[in-house]
Amino acid sequence: MPGGPMELDRRSFVRLSGAAMAASSIGALGFGAAGEALAASVRPFKLARTTETRNTCTYCAVACGILIYSTGDRSKNAKASIIHIEGDPDHPVNRGTLCPKGAALLDVVHAPTRVQYPMVRAPGSNEFKRVSWDHALDRIAKLMKEDRDQNFIAKNATGTAVNRWTSTGMLAASATSNETAFLTWKVARAFGMVVFDNQARV
Amino acid sequence: MTNTWQDIKNANVVLVMGGNAAEAHPCGFKWVVEAKQHNHAKLVVVDPRFTRTASVADYYAPIRPGTDIAFLNGVMRYLIEKGAIQHEYVASFTNASLIVKEGYGFQDGLFSGFSPEKHDYDRSSWDYELDDDGFAKADATLQHPRCVYSLLKQHVDRYTPETVAKICGTPQDKFLGVCELIATTAAPDKALTSMYALGWTQHSVGSQNIRAMAMIQLLLGNIGVAGGGMNALRGHSNIQGLTDIGLLSNLMPGYLTLPKDAESDLGAYMKTRGFKPLRPGQTSYWQNYRKFFVSLQKSLYGGAATADNDWAYDYLPKLDVPGYDILRAFDMMYAGKINGYICQGFNPLQSFPNKKKIRAALGKLKFLVVMDPLDTETSRFWENHGEKNPADPSKIATEVFVLPTTCFAEEDGSLTNSSRWLQWHWKAADAPGEARSDIAIMSGIFRRMKAMYQKDGGAFPDPILNLSWAYTNPTEPGPDELAKEINGRALVEVKDPNGAVLLRAGQQLLNFSQLRDDGATACGCWIYSGCWNEAGNNMARRDATDPREQGLAPNWAFSWPLNRRIMYNRASADPSGKPWNPDKPLIAWNGSVWTGIDVPDFVPTSKPDANNGPFIMLAEGMARLFARDQMVEGPFPEHYEPLESPVPNLLHPKTSANPMARVFPGDRADFGAADKFPYVGTTYRLTEHFHFWTKHAKINSILQPEEFIEIGAALANEKGIGQGDWVKLSSNRGFVVCKAYVTRRLKPMLVDGKPVHTIGMPIHWGFTGSARPGFGANVLTPFVGDANAQTPEFKAFLVNVEKAAPPVA
Repeated sequence: MPGGPMELDRRSFVRLSGAAMAASSIGALGFGAAGEALAASVRPFKLARTTETRNTCTYCAVACGILIYSTGDRSKNAKASIIHIEGDPDHPVNRGTLCPKGAALLDVVHAPTRVQYPMVRAPGSNEFKRVSWDHALDRIAKLMKEDRDQNFIAKNATGTAVNRWTSTGMLAASATSNETAFLTWKVARAFGMVVFDNQARV
Repeated sequence: MTNTWQDIKNANVVLVMGGNAAEAHPCGFKWVVEAKQHNHAKLVVVDPRFTRTASVADYYAPIRPGTDIAFLNGVMRYLIEKGAIQHEYVASFTNASLIVKEGYGFQDGLFSGFSPEKHDYDRSSWDYELDDDGFAKADATLQHPRCVYSLLKQHVDRYTPETVAKICGTPQDKFLGVCELIATTAAPDKALTSMYALGWTQHSVGSQNIRAMAMIQLLLGNIGVAGGGMNALRGHSNIQGLTDIGLLSNLMPGYLTLPKDAESDLGAYMKTRGFKPLRPGQTSYWQNYRKFFVSLQKSLYGGAATADNDWAYDYLPKLDVPGYDILRAFDMMYAGKINGYICQGFNPLQSFPNKKKIRAALGKLKFLVVMDPLDTETSRFWENHGEKNPADPSKIATEVFVLPTTCFAEEDGSLTNSSRWLQWHWKAADAPGEARSDIAIMSGIFRRMKAMYQKDGGAFPDPILNLSWAYTNPTEPGPDELAKEINGRALVEVKDPNGAVLLRAGQQLLNFSQLRDDGATACGCWIYSGCWNEAGNNMARRDATDPREQGLAPNWAFSWPLNRRIMYNRASADPSGKPWNPDKPLIAWNGSVWTGIDVPDFVPTSKPDANNGPFIMLAEGMARLFARDQMVEGPFPEHYEPLESPVPNLLHPKTSANPMARVFPGDRADFGAADKFPYVGTTYRLTEHFHFWTKHAKINSILQPEEFIEIGAALANEKGIGQGDWVKLSSNRGFVVCKAYVTRRLKPMLVDGKPVHTIGMPIHWGFTGSARPGFGANVLTPFVGDANAQTPEFKAFLVNVEKAAPPVA
């Protein structure tokens, strides 16, 4: 897969050359046991055992190429955790650079305010309550169907089929993928939604 | 963007006006530095603030917020008066020579056809005079008094340097300095690039700001060439993609448009869309509209879309208004006409104007669904945060759902960047907790709705029951399957006119040239076709080689349309097919075909002497200096003051503001006047923050921890406000209490002899995240939209400022 998780990646190269350098310089200096102790104290490169993934910065539409480093090797029982993000030097636009936002991407991935599970706030309540996905999605679908069935406009005053639903609306996300966008469009329009917009203006 | 980010390095003059690329798009701005260092380019910045972009400019001119059209019309007047236009380009490639109907006119700020009763225009006079064959009449000499060129000259004649200086507050010599630099690019081998962003769009005249600049670029012959173009620096990582795929009230994928009420069947719908050439021999590419439309319907509804049912035309909702955009939606919500609302990765309580109205509107909903990776103010609109979000939860009956989603690092897919590149990205880790992808959530809602309609029936279930959903994993369709659906495929064997088989049934389309209007092909978004064809996922391509190092990188990812990197590139060569700039050609006519380093934006075999115009999407094949009826407030840009302005319109005080601006009657009472709110307020982003997201990231919250305003030293002195003092900034809609940053980057401007002060307000703070709580700039901004695009007027409104006591901890 071109550009995906890389077969011979930059970090492998760094890892190999780093190991070679440590071995050769210690050997050359001939420090013996002291040298071994020194070698043992040298921490391996932070990224030496990580998996590298190509991605795109989530902020503006310069769309800088980024490299994401995560722990684990993608095996089934290894839970990946992202530990470092940097600019992709091969990318023709940003050439490895990132701005103050992109350089801090790791902090937004691991923000303490990432939402962890579905929640519902009941009418008049002063708090959110954790719920299951099924509970949330069943309830949302029920509310949507009720509203659609009550307020769907099948024909206008002149009897023309207009098939629109104006009493439930949606704002679509401009940091999602084109694939998400297309699926969202399909679903919203199949419902007959016309109150429909995105961040193009703000 | 018409051009690529790297192509900016080919510019001779870079004009940054209506944006602040150095701070908002830093890694794209490197190409401006490249142009300065290696192409000896001059950077010109026109902005109310001395921004970081201005700080590295070769030439800076200040301007009062909301007066860009006066400035740009003044530039046009200068170019025409000095003859600093690219004559052959203008005469051959624009509609300068076409003759306008006799009834067209302009007087006292209004174009012909205005009805004060309807408060709308009859736009029928804003069009060409046609000959017996239905073609527009032309005068190649540009002498006819009603040819577009003569009318333009007449229209901009009022914008003398004196008038521009009076309206804009730009010193006359500064204005003329900008004109001189812009004029140097009228030479056929010189180019100017225009880089703009929300500094132009967020006005009641936003679309016309951009039109005015596009007209300048056409007069200079800078569209379609290396180092030229109109380059909208788009904000969000996939805002271009969302626009292309049509996630806007009135759009369908690939800039097809939803039907209107009056278009009762496909025949009526097609009448205004598949238009015919307005000049002899034009490509008029929208003649293929029906192919795009039918293929989309086949993609959406498969076997349920047939010739007999107009390809399921009635499955599409029809619009009774031009669009249910965000302002209309929240006005309806405020009036209790909307019951349910879904915010997918969107935070309207922070993003939309007049926060008080937005908060009240959300409280009238029966249910609100927020899908987001991060905690948002919108999902907590019902919480009481004192002055920063006054609310009484016990009185708010909205049921609120928060659904955690994956973020960019946790999913595969493509994003379309500002220069139209579709770039694939890969998942690096699972999302935290129970977060799910937006695809899984939308599928979850859809499948539950479908199951209920199957079981219980209900209002018009047909489109829901028949929506194509043949995915390997119906609960979470794969991004790869969706991308292939967007590209499109043959449903049956497709043959060329000679009977040779082009595609077997089931094969991916090569690109949109293979689309059919008889139901033989399916395609989710015609302009993206080619992104995932039989060659595989072209969006994942990573070959950065760049012929002649000209900044195209044609084998990196996929650029719509057809992997074309520079739009309108036919205009980079003269009418005979010879490049205007022999050092940086894009395509040229080699005697039998158009060839070059870019994919021709033209029929490859169309001979230069066929008089086929380069602007193939337009019926006349020529770029429009005169917009016909395509802009709601007029075919030429005209200076209108912002809805809230410190001064009346000097040109026509009776029609001071844009008569067609989006204003709802209920919002007029919330507008303020200069007697109580004498200063101009404007909003913007900081380089350390992205909207309301980065306040959730620790480093960014440390870099810019708290809300502040920027105030010029002169006004601060007048008001006794010192560096870091607490201030209260108010508009007729609310107030913000925060610290003042006193700066010399904002200076008073003399507008018609009177000093006007501008106060700046960065937008980033709210009551969630790691940064200190803030009010949010949208407490102040007016509920006003651009006449064409309904973009809120965030860049120019009225405020007052006074010193305030520090808040009680």
